[in-house]
Amino acid sequence: MTAMSASDSVPPPLVRFTDIVKRFGEKPPVIDGISLTAERGDFISLIGPSGCGKSTVLKLMSGLLPITSGEIVVDGMKPVDAREELFYVFQEPTLLPWLTVRANVELPLKIRGRLAAERAAVADKNLSLVGLTERADFYPRELSGGQKMRVSIARALSMSPELLLMDEPFGALDEMTRDHLNEELLAIRQQHAWTAFFVTHSVAEAVFLSNRIIVLSANPGRIHTEVKVDLPYPRTEETRLSAEYQRLVAEVSRLLRSVERLKNAA
Amino acid sequence: MKKSRIDKFLPVFSTASIIGLWYLVRAIMPEEQHFLLPAPHQILQAFHDKGPALWAAALNTGRGALLGFSSAVLLSFLLALFLSLSPRIRASFYPHLMVLQMTPIIILAPILILWVGAGLKSVVIITFLICFFPMVVNTTQGLVSTDANLVDFFRMCNASKRQEILWLRVPAALPYFFTGLRIAATLAPIGAIVGDLYAGNAAGGQGGLGFLTIVYSSQFQMGALFATALVSCALGFVFVGVVLVFSWLGLRKWHESYRKDA
Ligand SMILES: Nc1ncnc2c1ncn2[C@@H]1O[C@H](COP(=O)(O)OP(=O)(O)O)[C@@H](O)[C@H]1O
Ligand SMILES: [Mg+2]
Repeated sequence: MTAMSASDSVPPPLVRFTDIVKRFGEKPPVIDGISLTAERGDFISLIGPSGCGKSTVLKLMSGLLPITSGEIVVDGMKPVDAREELFYVFQEPTLLPWLTVRANVELPLKIRGRLAAERAAVADKNLSLVGLTERADFYPRELSGGQKMRVSIARALSMSPELLLMDEPFGALDEMTRDHLNEELLAIRQQHAWTAFFVTHSVAEAVFLSNRIIVLSANPGRIHTEVKVDLPYPRTEETRLSAEYQRLVAEVSRLLRSVERLKNAA
Repeated sequence: MKKSRIDKFLPVFSTASIIGLWYLVRAIMPEEQHFLLPAPHQILQAFHDKGPALWAAALNTGRGALLGFSSAVLLSFLLALFLSLSPRIRASFYPHLMVLQMTPIIILAPILILWVGAGLKSVVIITFLICFFPMVVNTTQGLVSTDANLVDFFRMCNASKRQEILWLRVPAALPYFFTGLRIAATLAPIGAIVGDLYAGNAAGGQGGLGFLTIVYSSQFQMGALFATALVSCALGFVFVGVVLVFSWLGLRKWHESYRKDA
């Protein structure tokens, strides 16, 4: 009984999935029965064979796609109503090419009718956070792939979201740039530990960033295993050298191979 | 890449060769056929003799072309916005547009003149009809080909439909719009001249290049006909040139096609 009353003060999870099923048309379900909860401050990586429904999970969570059955609650709300609090980072930088870097970062605020002074202050802060203050007046075509992705992240942060959904944001970048951006991402997060759902193909990236890794299996998409990553934050380059990091990379790689085998056998 | 000196002189050289060849052909032709191919200096002479008439006609045709072209740009843009709203709307209007496009303007022209009368009015309508279709098709295509991720991004920002159209779809369609504009710019003077061929004669003093063509050909004034052709060509260059300038202004800063290092 004492345990019950203690739990009254525990904040409810930020995200709760209950028996999520997603079908497209009459085809067999793409996702069949995913239940999970995310606490505030969790950094959750989703990893699994391609086509297992990782992007679909993020789209359900942001209300870009309707749920077939089950329920997703984000901070007590339906996904579409929670858009003030969550933001989506796509695999491509999805910047508007006709706007400068600064105007791109300001856009989410402009769409919501915020005043120019506030927009400018937020853009300044977030551009310096991603180290692109010097590039504020450039157009996207003048940036490298890594820089565009930084702008995309600065833009996502402009609404100060509690929850960031990232769909292979660094998937198109070379490994060095990606490692570097991973470190940067965690450094940015030191300021304010937003909750993250992070889709990736890279086991190393998942282990480096997350405190929880969810391995999905395909056809239909289901949770296969969850791996806890207890490496302490802040994590740096050094983290990649630790034995625990190496062990986790090996473990998750093994899990990933086994779900790939399952998929190919099916 | 820097142009070498030779590259710069190539057009001059080729022009000189064409003129030389021109004289050569005349030299070979029998004397009594010379009127069929006026010598370049005779064409220059025609420019001098018919200067005021050519200038007035060019202005008239230019005015008709400009009015038809601009109204086509404006209305095509509005129609494209409407068509972009839903596939169902497109499915119901595209067939009619196609029918209009497939009907040769040469046959429509006399019908139109019977309806609205000869003169500037019908020239403008004929130009409009010829410019309208490529503009509608290209602009609509642009408005509906917006990157799906960008549309999702706008939805994530809870953007209104109006914001999505004005801040996303319209700017994203600009390159397509300018492609349509370029096609229409080459067609506009042609449309005005075709219209003028049929409708130019009625209005006193309002005849354009098409009307001059009829007059000069009935009088076998070959030099003047060639001069008229050159003026029409120049008019076309003016239209396309102006559109290219606008396109440059609209796209140079951000569009890939205007990258300096490309
Ligand atoms: N809009 C859609 N219509 C029909 N099928 C879709 C749609 N989006 C995704 N799918 C299907 O759902 C499955 C999962 O897709 P996705 O979530 O993109 O996978 P992942 O991101 O894990 O690679 C795939 O088989 C894909 O073909
Ligand atoms: Mg995906």
